[in-house]
Amino acid sequence: MKYLLLKHYRGGPTPAADHPPMDQWTPEEVDAHIRFMRDFAARLETTGEFVDGQALAPEGTFVRYDGEGRPPVTDGPFAETKDLIAGWMVIDVESWDRAVALAGELSAAPGAGGEPIHEWLEVRPFLSEQSTVAE
Amino acid sequence: MNESLLRELVPAVIGVLVRRGADFASAEDAVQEALIRALETWPDDPPRDPKGWLVTVAWRRFLDAARAEASRRGRELAVEVEPPAGPVPDTDDTLRLYFLCAHPTLSPGSAVALTLRAVGGLTTRQIATAHLVPEATMAQRISRAKRRIAGLRLDQPGDLATVLRVLYLVFNEGYGGDVDLAAEAIRLTRHLAALTDEPEVVGLLALMLLHHARRASRTGPGGRLVPLAEQDRSCWDTELITEGVMILQVALARDRLGEYQAQAAIAALHADARSAGETDWVQIVEWYDELLLLTGNPVVRLNRAVAAGEADGPQAGLAALADVDPGLPRYTAVAAYLHERAGDLSRAAELYAEASRAATSVPERDHLTRETARVRQLLRP
Repeated sequence: MKYLLLKHYRGGPTPAADHPPMDQWTPEEVDAHIRFMRDFAARLETTGEFVDGQALAPEGTFVRYDGEGRPPVTDGPFAETKDLIAGWMVIDVESWDRAVALAGELSAAPGAGGEPIHEWLEVRPFLSEQSTVAE
Repeated sequence: MNESLLRELVPAVIGVLVRRGADFASAEDAVQEALIRALETWPDDPPRDPKGWLVTVAWRRFLDAARAEASRRGRELAVEVEPPAGPVPDTDDTLRLYFLCAHPTLSPGSAVALTLRAVGGLTTRQIATAHLVPEATMAQRISRAKRRIAGLRLDQPGDLATVLRVLYLVFNEGYGGDVDLAAEAIRLTRHLAALTDEPEVVGLLALMLLHHARRASRTGPGGRLVPLAEQDRSCWDTELITEGVMILQVALARDRLGEYQAQAAIAALHADARSAGETDWVQIVEWYDELLLLTGNPVVRLNRAVAAGEADGPQAGLAALADVDPGLPRYTAVAAYLHERAGDLSRAAELYAEASRAATSVPERDHLTRETARVRQLLRP
């Protein structure tokens, strides 16, 4: 079963820890954080559970259709949106419990002072493309 | 050259290497490499003796890898370089592979992957594509599975029930990438049925054939899910149905009923009906009762409620549903259907909507969303 782990940098439930934003960390702290992410993905590859993962730039632009022959309407970027998704990872695991356990581990990524940032991760099951054959 | 012919040789070639002294994991790796080599070179330069070619190339690969490993550890090569001669019992080796790859210590996902590679002769890339994961991830999943079963001796028969479960899982994965996993599962089950004398294996094969016979009618344009009652029965593959029914009858005559035979019997009753209205629901309910005795599976109880609703009317179905765990997947969809048949459209619409939100696949969600819309339309004055 595949799950999307969404890293809500902002916008999840109330943050568990009051940590300074990433741009106020030391370069070593930033490196340690990135290394943690890379090692985590590498470990999931060896367990046969990694599918994909990407980090996202913080600033995005909203885009929508505005009628035939017209250019799309854009809005933003907004510097301080309520919700900020910092990245995502897709895993393929045997159970929901395993997905939750892994999300918990990923949330322990180190931040300022090397302490876990306790970031909220949202776990979303993929809808499969196939329905089972049995009727 | 025919790729499925090549794949059929894979388990036997692994067997030859193991008999010559290779451990299963290394033998399987070597044969996989030989297989990939064969896929590259055979189209231009087909060998006269395909199996001999595979054995030679795989054995050479195995020796190279074993030598490299031995020198890395500063040890002597543990196997004899000259293969021992002598007659070889192919049947038992292949059967042992089925048991090994579906060993109960493996998770279902690992067992599926390993079975597809070592018994099915698929490449890691094909298995990865079929499961929409990167090739590296699938390679690791397979090598972990092999490490887990390393050192297991299979001189006594393994657990056939786990093998059947794995094959049925493969069957239910349907299409993926360039490999038709349902057809592959049928091929492997057919092969297993030839190696064993167990009515449940035949029962599973019959069940697969009967489901497979309806495949073309199960989806409409754009992958739209078509429920059994609305399927175009003229699209059903009568040859597959005939075969499925025939082998099922032979299995049932042996009077050793099991869950797959019972499920196949239900599938056969559906296949037998010329129209949805002619379905023998009373008999289907009886088979579900048998199935419930055999398995105690709560999903069976849910399916039985649907059948009871058809046999004895929606109120009977709803009454049967009262004994079913509401936490089951598809419970809400079944409840919606029974309420609609009982005439309670507004409750049905609510339940269809709830079921669509809880669906676990795209075709199922889309189907339930359409059902919601359809019933809501009926409700409008």
